[in-house]
Amino acid sequence: MSRKAHVQTQINGENVEFLCEPRQSMLEVLRDELDLTGAKEGCNNGNCGACTIIVDGRPVDSCCMLGVEAEGKEVQTIEGVATPEGLHPLQQKFLEHAALQCGICTPGFIMNSKALLEENSNPTEKEVRFWLAGNLCRCTGYDKIVRAVLDAAEITRANH
Amino acid sequence: MQAFDYVAAKSLSEAVDLLTKYRDQARILGGGTDLIVQVRENRRPVGVMVDIKGVPEVNTLSYNGSLEIGASVPCYKIYSNREVKSKFPALVDATSIIGGVQIQSRASVGGNLCNASPAADSIPVLIVLGAQCAIEGPSGERSIAVEDFCTAPGQTVLESNELLVKLVIPTPAPNASSFYLRFIPRNEMDIAVVGAGAAVELSADHQTFVSARIALGAVAPTPLFAAAASSVLAGKPVSDESIEEACEAAKGIATPISDMRGTAAQRTHLVGVLTRRALNGAINRIKEGN
Repeated sequence: MSRKAHVQTQINGENVEFLCEPRQSMLEVLRDELDLTGAKEGCNNGNCGACTIIVDGRPVDSCCMLGVEAEGKEVQTIEGVATPEGLHPLQQKFLEHAALQCGICTPGFIMNSKALLEENSNPTEKEVRFWLAGNLCRCTGYDKIVRAVLDAAEITRANH
Repeated sequence: MQAFDYVAAKSLSEAVDLLTKYRDQARILGGGTDLIVQVRENRRPVGVMVDIKGVPEVNTLSYNGSLEIGASVPCYKIYSNREVKSKFPALVDATSIIGGVQIQSRASVGGNLCNASPAADSIPVLIVLGAQCAIEGPSGERSIAVEDFCTAPGQTVLESNELLVKLVIPTPAPNASSFYLRFIPRNEMDIAVVGAGAAVELSADHQTFVSARIALGAVAPTPLFAAAASSVLAGKPVSDESIEEACEAAKGIATPISDMRGTAAQRTHLVGVLTRRALNGAINRIKEGN
Protein backbone atom coordinates (compact mmCIF):
# COMPACT_ATOMS: atom_id res chain seq x y z
CA MET A 1 0.00 0.00 0.00
CA SER A 2 1.24 3.46 -0.86
CA ARG A 3 1.81 6.06 1.80
CA LYS A 4 -1.24 8.10 2.63
CA ALA A 5 -1.22 11.68 1.45
CA HIS A 6 -2.27 14.65 3.55
CA VAL A 7 -4.63 16.89 1.61
CA GLN A 8 -5.87 20.36 2.54
CA THR A 9 -8.89 21.57 0.66
CA GLN A 10 -12.12 23.50 0.98
CA ILE A 11 -15.44 21.67 0.77
CA ASN A 12 -18.72 23.59 0.77
CA GLY A 13 -16.97 26.66 2.16
CA GLU A 14 -15.22 24.92 5.03
CA ASN A 15 -11.52 24.12 5.30
CA VAL A 16 -11.09 20.36 5.34
CA GLU A 17 -8.03 18.19 5.84
CA PHE A 18 -7.97 14.51 5.11
CA LEU A 19 -5.65 11.57 4.61
CA CYS A 20 -6.09 9.36 1.58
CA GLU A 21 -4.26 6.86 -0.55
CA PRO A 22 -3.29 8.21 -3.98
CA ARG A 23 -5.41 5.51 -5.59
CA GLN A 24 -8.60 6.73 -3.94
CA SER A 25 -10.82 8.72 -6.27
CA MET A 26 -12.31 11.99 -5.06
CA LEU A 27 -15.65 10.16 -5.01
CA GLU A 28 -14.23 7.50 -2.68
CA VAL A 29 -12.70 10.16 -0.45
CA LEU A 30 -15.99 12.04 -0.19
CA ARG A 31 -18.05 8.95 0.52
CA ASP A 32 -15.68 6.74 2.51
CA GLU A 33 -13.42 9.21 4.34
CA LEU A 34 -15.58 12.30 4.77
CA ASP A 35 -19.06 10.75 5.05
CA LEU A 36 -20.36 12.98 2.26
CA THR A 37 -22.45 10.30 0.56
CA GLY A 38 -24.55 12.60 -1.60
CA ALA A 39 -22.37 12.09 -4.67
CA LYS A 40 -23.23 8.67 -6.06
CA GLU A 41 -21.19 6.00 -7.81
CA GLY A 42 -22.88 4.97 -11.03
CA CYS A 43 -20.62 3.83 -13.86
CA ASN A 44 -17.29 4.78 -12.25
CA ASN A 45 -15.91 5.65 -15.68
CA GLY A 46 -17.11 9.13 -16.61
CA ASN A 47 -20.28 8.33 -18.50
CA CYS A 48 -23.18 8.71 -16.06
CA GLY A 49 -22.44 11.89 -14.09
CA ALA A 50 -23.99 10.60 -10.84
CA CYS A 51 -20.78 11.59 -9.01
CA THR A 52 -20.68 15.18 -10.35
CA ILE A 53 -19.21 17.77 -8.01
CA ILE A 54 -18.00 21.31 -8.68
CA VAL A 55 -14.27 21.97 -8.40
CA ASP A 56 -13.05 25.57 -8.72
CA GLY A 57 -16.32 26.45 -10.43
CA ARG A 58 -16.30 23.61 -12.96
CA PRO A 59 -18.42 20.46 -12.93
CA VAL A 60 -16.31 17.30 -12.81
CA ASP A 61 -16.94 13.58 -12.47
CA SER A 62 -15.45 12.87 -9.04
CA CYS A 63 -14.84 9.24 -10.08
CA CYS A 64 -12.36 10.52 -12.69
CA MET A 65 -10.41 12.69 -10.24
CA LEU A 66 -8.01 11.55 -7.54
CA GLY A 67 -8.63 12.65 -3.95
CA VAL A 68 -5.06 13.97 -3.79
CA GLU A 69 -5.89 16.35 -6.63
CA ALA A 70 -8.25 18.25 -4.31
CA GLU A 71 -5.24 19.91 -2.68
CA GLY A 72 -5.81 23.68 -2.63
CA LYS A 73 -9.11 23.45 -4.52
CA GLU A 74 -12.59 24.74 -3.74
CA VAL A 75 -15.01 21.84 -3.87
CA GLN A 76 -18.81 21.97 -3.83
CA THR A 77 -20.95 18.90 -3.24
CA ILE A 78 -24.70 18.38 -3.10
CA GLU A 79 -24.51 18.63 0.73
CA GLY A 80 -23.66 22.34 0.39
CA VAL A 81 -26.41 23.31 -2.04
CA ALA A 82 -29.32 23.91 0.36
CA THR A 83 -28.92 26.68 2.93
CA PRO A 84 -30.45 26.97 6.43
CA GLU A 85 -33.02 29.28 4.80
CA GLY A 86 -34.22 26.60 2.43
CA LEU A 87 -33.72 24.61 -0.70
CA HIS A 88 -31.83 25.87 -3.73
CA PRO A 89 -34.17 26.82 -6.63
CA LEU A 90 -32.93 23.77 -8.54
CA GLN A 91 -33.86 21.48 -5.66
CA GLN A 92 -37.24 23.17 -5.29
CA LYS A 93 -38.01 22.87 -8.99
CA PHE A 94 -36.85 19.24 -9.17
CA LEU A 95 -39.44 18.53 -6.45
CA GLU A 96 -42.22 20.54 -8.12
CA HIS A 97 -41.64 18.90 -11.50
CA ALA A 98 -41.15 15.43 -10.01
CA ALA A 99 -37.86 15.42 -11.91
CA LEU A 100 -36.76 12.25 -10.15
CA GLN A 101 -38.00 8.82 -9.32
CA CYS A 102 -35.31 6.63 -7.77
CA GLY A 103 -33.12 9.67 -7.09
CA ILE A 104 -29.69 8.12 -7.67
CA CYS A 105 -28.86 10.48 -10.51
CA THR A 106 -30.33 13.57 -8.82
CA PRO A 107 -27.29 14.89 -6.90
CA GLY A 108 -25.25 14.74 -10.11
CA PHE A 109 -27.96 16.48 -12.13
CA ILE A 110 -28.34 19.21 -9.49
CA MET A 111 -24.60 19.84 -9.31
CA ASN A 112 -24.13 19.94 -13.08
CA SER A 113 -27.21 22.16 -13.50
CA LYS A 114 -25.86 24.47 -10.79
CA ALA A 115 -22.61 24.78 -12.71
CA LEU A 116 -24.60 25.59 -15.85
CA LEU A 117 -26.71 28.30 -14.22
CA GLU A 118 -23.63 29.88 -12.66
CA GLU A 119 -22.16 30.20 -16.16
CA ASN A 120 -25.36 30.91 -18.07
CA SER A 121 -28.51 31.90 -16.18
CA ASN A 122 -30.56 32.09 -19.38
CA PRO A 123 -29.93 28.81 -21.22
CA THR A 124 -32.09 27.58 -24.07
CA GLU A 125 -33.67 24.14 -23.84
CA LYS A 126 -31.08 22.87 -26.30
CA GLU A 127 -28.25 24.28 -24.21
CA VAL A 128 -29.66 22.60 -21.10
CA ARG A 129 -29.96 19.27 -22.90
CA PHE A 130 -26.41 19.39 -24.27
CA TRP A 131 -24.95 20.55 -20.94
CA LEU A 132 -26.65 17.64 -19.18
CA ALA A 133 -25.58 15.07 -21.81
CA GLY A 134 -23.02 13.72 -19.36
CA ASN A 135 -25.70 12.82 -16.80
CA LEU A 136 -27.79 9.69 -17.25
CA CYS A 137 -31.28 9.16 -15.79
CA ARG A 138 -33.10 5.90 -16.47
CA CYS A 139 -36.38 6.94 -14.77
CA THR A 140 -37.64 10.31 -15.95
CA GLY A 141 -36.96 10.43 -19.67
CA TYR A 142 -35.18 13.76 -18.99
CA ASP A 143 -38.06 16.02 -19.93
CA LYS A 144 -39.05 16.82 -16.35
CA ILE A 145 -35.42 17.48 -15.49
CA VAL A 146 -34.99 19.90 -18.38
CA ARG A 147 -38.19 21.77 -17.41
CA ALA A 148 -37.05 21.95 -13.79
CA VAL A 149 -33.69 23.43 -14.80
CA LEU A 150 -35.33 25.99 -17.13
CA ASP A 151 -37.73 27.02 -14.33
CA ALA A 152 -34.91 27.25 -11.81
CA ALA A 153 -33.00 29.43 -14.27
CA GLU A 154 -35.93 31.84 -14.29
CA ILE A 155 -35.83 32.11 -10.49
CA THR A 156 -32.07 32.56 -10.58
CA ARG A 157 -32.47 35.45 -13.02
CA ALA A 158 -35.26 37.03 -10.93
CA ASN A 159 -33.08 36.88 -7.81
CA HIS A 160 -30.30 38.86 -9.46
CA MET B 1 -7.88 0.52 -7.82
CA GLN B 2 -4.25 -0.70 -7.92
CA ALA B 3 -1.97 1.11 -5.47
CA PHE B 4 0.43 3.76 -6.77
CA ASP B 5 2.32 6.80 -5.59
CA TYR B 6 1.43 10.33 -6.61
CA VAL B 7 3.76 13.26 -7.22
CA ALA B 8 2.64 16.74 -8.28
CA ALA B 9 5.59 17.91 -10.39
CA LYS B 10 6.36 21.62 -10.19
CA SER B 11 8.62 21.90 -13.23
CA LEU B 12 9.34 20.20 -16.53
CA SER B 13 12.75 19.07 -15.31
CA GLU B 14 11.22 17.51 -12.20
CA ALA B 15 8.69 15.66 -14.37
CA VAL B 16 11.44 14.41 -16.71
CA ASP B 17 13.58 13.33 -13.72
CA LEU B 18 10.66 11.33 -12.34
CA LEU B 19 10.04 9.69 -15.72
CA THR B 20 13.75 8.90 -16.02
CA LYS B 21 13.74 7.33 -12.56
CA TYR B 22 10.56 5.27 -12.90
CA ARG B 23 10.42 4.80 -16.70
CA ASP B 24 7.57 2.43 -17.63
CA GLN B 25 6.23 2.51 -14.08
CA ALA B 26 5.44 6.22 -14.33
CA ARG B 27 2.35 7.70 -15.94
CA ILE B 28 1.73 11.34 -16.70
CA LEU B 29 -1.51 12.56 -15.12
CA GLY B 30 -3.21 15.44 -16.92
CA GLY B 31 -6.99 15.52 -16.72
CA GLY B 32 -7.01 11.82 -15.89
CA THR B 33 -10.31 11.12 -17.62
CA ASP B 34 -8.73 8.30 -19.64
CA LEU B 35 -5.85 7.36 -17.34
CA ILE B 36 -7.77 6.99 -14.06
CA VAL B 37 -10.40 4.79 -15.72
CA GLN B 38 -7.71 2.66 -17.42
CA VAL B 39 -5.82 2.22 -14.14
CA ARG B 40 -9.03 1.32 -12.31
CA GLU B 41 -9.81 -1.29 -14.96
CA ASN B 42 -6.23 -2.65 -14.80
CA ARG B 43 -5.62 -1.75 -18.44
CA ARG B 44 -2.51 0.31 -17.65
CA PRO B 45 -0.02 -0.64 -14.94
CA VAL B 46 1.23 2.34 -12.93
CA GLY B 47 3.68 2.72 -10.05
CA VAL B 48 3.79 6.50 -9.89
CA MET B 49 1.38 9.07 -11.23
CA VAL B 50 3.18 12.27 -12.14
CA ASP B 51 0.64 15.09 -12.07
CA ILE B 52 1.82 17.82 -14.45
CA LYS B 53 -1.05 20.29 -14.03
CA GLY B 54 1.14 22.43 -11.76
CA VAL B 55 3.86 22.76 -14.43
CA PRO B 56 3.46 26.21 -16.03
CA GLU B 57 4.51 25.21 -19.57
CA VAL B 58 1.89 22.46 -19.90
CA ASN B 59 -0.90 24.57 -18.47
CA THR B 60 -0.61 27.61 -20.74
CA LEU B 61 -2.89 28.48 -23.63
CA SER B 62 -1.52 31.42 -25.58
CA TYR B 63 -1.71 33.01 -28.99
CA ASN B 64 1.20 35.03 -30.26
CA GLY B 65 1.59 34.50 -33.99
CA SER B 66 0.98 30.81 -33.39
CA LEU B 67 -1.36 29.02 -31.03
CA GLU B 68 0.32 27.16 -28.18
CA ILE B 69 -1.79 24.67 -26.26
CA GLY B 70 -0.15 23.27 -23.15
CA ALA B 71 -0.53 19.50 -22.93
CA SER B 72 -2.83 19.61 -19.88
CA VAL B 73 -5.02 22.59 -20.84
CA PRO B 74 -8.60 21.30 -20.48
CA CYS B 75 -11.06 21.25 -23.39
CA TYR B 76 -13.37 23.92 -21.96
CA LYS B 77 -10.56 26.47 -21.85
CA ILE B 78 -9.77 25.73 -25.49
CA TYR B 79 -13.32 26.08 -26.85
CA SER B 80 -13.91 29.20 -24.72
CA ASN B 81 -10.81 30.95 -26.05
CA ARG B 82 -11.48 33.89 -28.38
CA GLU B 83 -8.51 33.28 -30.69
CA VAL B 84 -9.38 29.59 -30.98
CA LYS B 85 -12.99 30.43 -31.86
CA SER B 86 -12.03 32.91 -34.56
CA LYS B 87 -9.00 31.24 -36.13
CA PHE B 88 -9.17 27.54 -35.31
CA PRO B 89 -12.90 26.65 -35.35
CA ALA B 90 -12.29 22.92 -35.95
CA LEU B 91 -10.67 22.83 -32.51
CA VAL B 92 -13.94 24.11 -31.05
CA ASP B 93 -15.85 21.46 -33.02
CA ALA B 94 -13.73 18.67 -31.55
CA THR B 95 -13.15 19.82 -27.97
CA SER B 96 -16.83 20.55 -27.39
CA ILE B 97 -17.85 16.96 -28.23
CA ILE B 98 -15.22 15.07 -26.22
CA GLY B 99 -17.32 13.55 -23.42
CA GLY B 100 -19.79 15.74 -21.55
CA VAL B 101 -19.03 19.03 -19.80
CA GLN B 102 -17.74 17.21 -16.71
CA ILE B 103 -15.13 15.48 -18.87
CA GLN B 104 -14.37 18.71 -20.76
CA SER B 105 -13.58 20.39 -17.42
CA ARG B 106 -10.53 18.16 -17.06
CA ALA B 107 -9.76 16.30 -20.29
CA SER B 108 -7.01 17.89 -22.38
CA VAL B 109 -6.16 17.80 -26.07
CA GLY B 110 -2.63 16.75 -25.12
CA GLY B 111 -4.06 13.82 -23.19
CA ASN B 112 -6.39 12.94 -26.06
CA LEU B 113 -3.31 12.80 -28.29
CA CYS B 114 -1.13 10.80 -25.86
CA ASN B 115 -3.96 8.32 -25.24
CA ALA B 116 -3.66 7.65 -28.99
CA SER B 117 -7.12 6.25 -29.58
CA PRO B 118 -7.77 5.71 -33.31
CA ALA B 119 -11.14 7.43 -32.72
CA ALA B 120 -9.83 10.46 -30.77
CA ASP B 121 -11.77 13.52 -31.89
CA SER B 122 -9.03 16.10 -31.49
CA ILE B 123 -6.27 14.30 -33.40
CA PRO B 124 -7.64 14.71 -36.96
CA VAL B 125 -8.10 18.40 -36.15
CA LEU B 126 -4.53 18.79 -34.91
CA ILE B 127 -3.35 17.06 -38.09
CA VAL B 128 -5.26 19.32 -40.48
CA LEU B 129 -4.16 22.41 -38.56
CA GLY B 130 -0.52 21.36 -39.01
CA ALA B 131 0.19 21.09 -35.28
CA GLN B 132 3.67 20.28 -34.04
CA CYS B 133 4.21 18.37 -30.78
CA ALA B 134 6.84 19.85 -28.47
CA ILE B 135 8.34 16.96 -26.51
CA GLU B 136 10.66 17.26 -23.50
CA GLY B 137 13.13 14.56 -22.50
CA PRO B 138 16.44 14.19 -20.64
CA SER B 139 18.41 15.43 -23.66
CA GLY B 140 16.20 18.47 -24.23
CA GLU B 141 13.32 19.35 -26.48
CA ARG B 142 12.33 17.84 -29.81
CA SER B 143 9.46 18.51 -32.15
CA ILE B 144 7.39 16.20 -34.33
CA ALA B 145 4.36 16.61 -36.57
CA VAL B 146 1.11 15.35 -35.02
CA GLU B 147 0.49 12.94 -37.92
CA ASP B 148 3.71 11.14 -36.97
CA PHE B 149 2.97 11.00 -33.21
CA CYS B 150 0.66 7.99 -32.87
CA THR B 151 2.14 4.63 -33.87
CA ALA B 152 -0.62 2.15 -32.94
CA PRO B 153 -3.76 2.12 -30.77
CA GLY B 154 -2.62 3.49 -27.39
CA GLN B 155 1.00 3.80 -28.61
CA THR B 156 3.01 6.92 -29.44
CA VAL B 157 6.56 7.93 -30.35
CA LEU B 158 7.15 9.11 -26.77
CA GLU B 159 10.02 7.36 -25.01
CA SER B 160 9.27 6.35 -21.44
CA ASN B 161 11.34 9.30 -20.18
CA GLU B 162 9.70 11.89 -22.42
CA LEU B 163 6.53 13.92 -22.09
CA LEU B 164 4.42 16.06 -24.39
CA VAL B 165 4.75 19.71 -23.35
CA LYS B 166 2.57 21.57 -25.81
CA LEU B 167 1.07 21.69 -29.27
CA VAL B 168 2.11 24.52 -31.56
CA ILE B 169 -0.28 25.45 -34.36
CA PRO B 170 0.55 28.01 -37.06
CA THR B 171 -1.92 30.80 -37.84
CA PRO B 172 -4.10 29.96 -40.85
CA ALA B 173 -3.93 32.13 -43.97
CA PRO B 174 -6.55 34.91 -44.42
CA ASN B 175 -8.94 32.93 -46.67
CA ALA B 176 -8.73 29.74 -44.65
CA SER B 177 -10.85 27.87 -42.15
CA SER B 178 -11.36 24.42 -40.68
CA PHE B 179 -14.11 22.02 -39.70
CA TYR B 180 -14.47 18.71 -37.85
CA LEU B 181 -17.39 16.34 -37.55
CA ARG B 182 -17.97 12.72 -36.67
CA PHE B 183 -20.68 10.17 -37.15
CA ILE B 184 -22.21 8.73 -33.97
CA PRO B 185 -25.59 7.06 -33.48
CA ARG B 186 -26.47 9.43 -30.62
CA ASN B 187 -26.49 13.23 -30.51
CA GLU B 188 -23.60 13.48 -28.04
CA MET B 189 -21.47 11.54 -25.54
CA ASP B 190 -20.30 8.83 -27.88
CA ILE B 191 -17.18 7.52 -29.61
CA ALA B 192 -16.71 8.34 -33.29
CA VAL B 193 -17.70 5.62 -35.76
CA VAL B 194 -15.76 7.79 -38.21
CA GLY B 195 -14.37 11.30 -37.75
CA ALA B 196 -13.21 13.72 -40.46
CA GLY B 197 -11.40 17.03 -40.26
CA ALA B 198 -10.60 19.49 -43.01
CA ALA B 199 -8.58 22.69 -43.19
CA VAL B 200 -8.99 24.65 -46.41
CA GLU B 201 -7.38 27.73 -47.93
CA LEU B 202 -9.20 29.36 -50.86
CA SER B 203 -8.21 32.04 -53.34
CA ALA B 204 -9.36 35.58 -52.51
CA ASP B 205 -12.39 35.18 -54.80
CA HIS B 206 -13.30 31.86 -53.13
CA GLN B 207 -13.32 30.12 -56.54
CA THR B 208 -10.16 28.00 -56.24
CA PHE B 209 -8.55 25.75 -53.65
CA VAL B 210 -5.11 27.07 -52.74
CA SER B 211 -4.51 24.13 -50.42
CA ALA B 212 -6.35 21.67 -48.23
CA ARG B 213 -5.58 19.22 -45.46
CA ILE B 214 -7.88 16.31 -44.65
CA ALA B 215 -7.54 13.84 -41.77
CA LEU B 216 -9.61 10.85 -40.70
CA GLY B 217 -10.34 9.13 -37.40
CA ALA B 218 -11.50 5.60 -36.54
CA VAL B 219 -10.69 4.07 -39.94
CA ALA B 220 -7.15 2.80 -39.24
CA PRO B 221 -4.97 1.86 -36.23
CA THR B 222 -4.07 5.55 -35.87
CA PRO B 223 -5.73 8.79 -36.98
CA LEU B 224 -4.68 9.38 -40.59
CA PHE B 225 -3.47 12.34 -42.59
CA ALA B 226 -5.13 11.89 -46.00
CA ALA B 227 -2.19 13.21 -48.01
CA ALA B 228 -3.38 12.33 -51.51
CA ALA B 229 -6.92 13.53 -50.87
CA SER B 230 -5.47 16.80 -49.59
CA SER B 231 -3.02 17.48 -52.42
CA VAL B 232 -5.55 16.63 -55.14
CA LEU B 233 -7.48 19.80 -54.26
CA ALA B 234 -4.61 22.28 -54.67
CA GLY B 235 -5.29 24.53 -57.66
CA LYS B 236 -8.68 22.95 -58.38
CA PRO B 237 -11.89 24.96 -58.70
CA VAL B 238 -14.21 24.92 -55.69
CA SER B 239 -16.82 22.54 -57.10
CA ASP B 240 -18.67 19.35 -56.27
CA GLU B 241 -16.43 17.50 -58.74
CA SER B 242 -13.21 18.56 -57.00
CA ILE B 243 -14.63 17.68 -53.61
CA GLU B 244 -15.84 14.31 -54.86
CA GLU B 245 -12.35 13.54 -56.14
CA ALA B 246 -10.91 14.26 -52.71
CA CYS B 247 -13.58 12.12 -51.04
CA GLU B 248 -12.74 9.16 -53.27
CA ALA B 249 -9.04 9.58 -52.51
CA ALA B 250 -9.83 9.72 -48.77
CA LYS B 251 -11.86 6.50 -49.01
CA GLY B 252 -8.85 4.90 -50.69
CA ILE B 253 -6.66 5.13 -47.59
CA ALA B 254 -9.28 3.95 -45.08
CA THR B 255 -8.61 0.46 -43.71
CA PRO B 256 -11.36 0.23 -41.09
CA ILE B 257 -12.36 -2.74 -38.97
CA SER B 258 -15.87 -3.99 -38.31
CA ASP B 259 -16.87 -3.79 -34.66
CA MET B 260 -19.84 -2.98 -32.41
CA ARG B 261 -19.88 0.61 -33.68
CA GLY B 262 -20.01 -0.12 -37.40
CA THR B 263 -18.90 -2.34 -40.23
CA ALA B 264 -15.87 -1.73 -42.42
CA ALA B 265 -18.16 -1.07 -45.40
CA GLN B 266 -20.22 1.49 -43.46
CA ARG B 267 -17.08 3.21 -42.22
CA THR B 268 -15.60 3.44 -45.71
CA HIS B 269 -18.86 4.92 -47.00
CA LEU B 270 -18.86 7.38 -44.07
CA VAL B 271 -15.35 8.56 -44.98
CA GLY B 272 -16.74 9.87 -48.26
CA VAL B 273 -19.78 11.49 -46.63
CA LEU B 274 -17.89 13.09 -43.77
CA THR B 275 -14.97 14.27 -45.89
CA ARG B 276 -17.43 16.08 -48.17
CA ARG B 277 -19.22 17.64 -45.20
CA ALA B 278 -15.96 18.64 -43.52
CA LEU B 279 -14.68 20.32 -46.71
CA ASN B 280 -17.99 22.09 -47.29
CA GLY B 281 -18.12 23.11 -43.63
CA ALA B 282 -14.70 24.73 -43.87
CA ILE B 283 -15.56 26.37 -47.22
CA ASN B 284 -18.78 27.83 -45.79
CA ARG B 285 -16.91 29.24 -42.84
CA ILE B 286 -14.50 30.99 -45.20
CA LYS B 287 -17.41 32.42 -47.21
CA GLU B 288 -19.15 33.56 -44.04
CA GLY B 289 -15.95 35.27 -42.96
CA ASN B 290 -15.07 32.99 -40.06
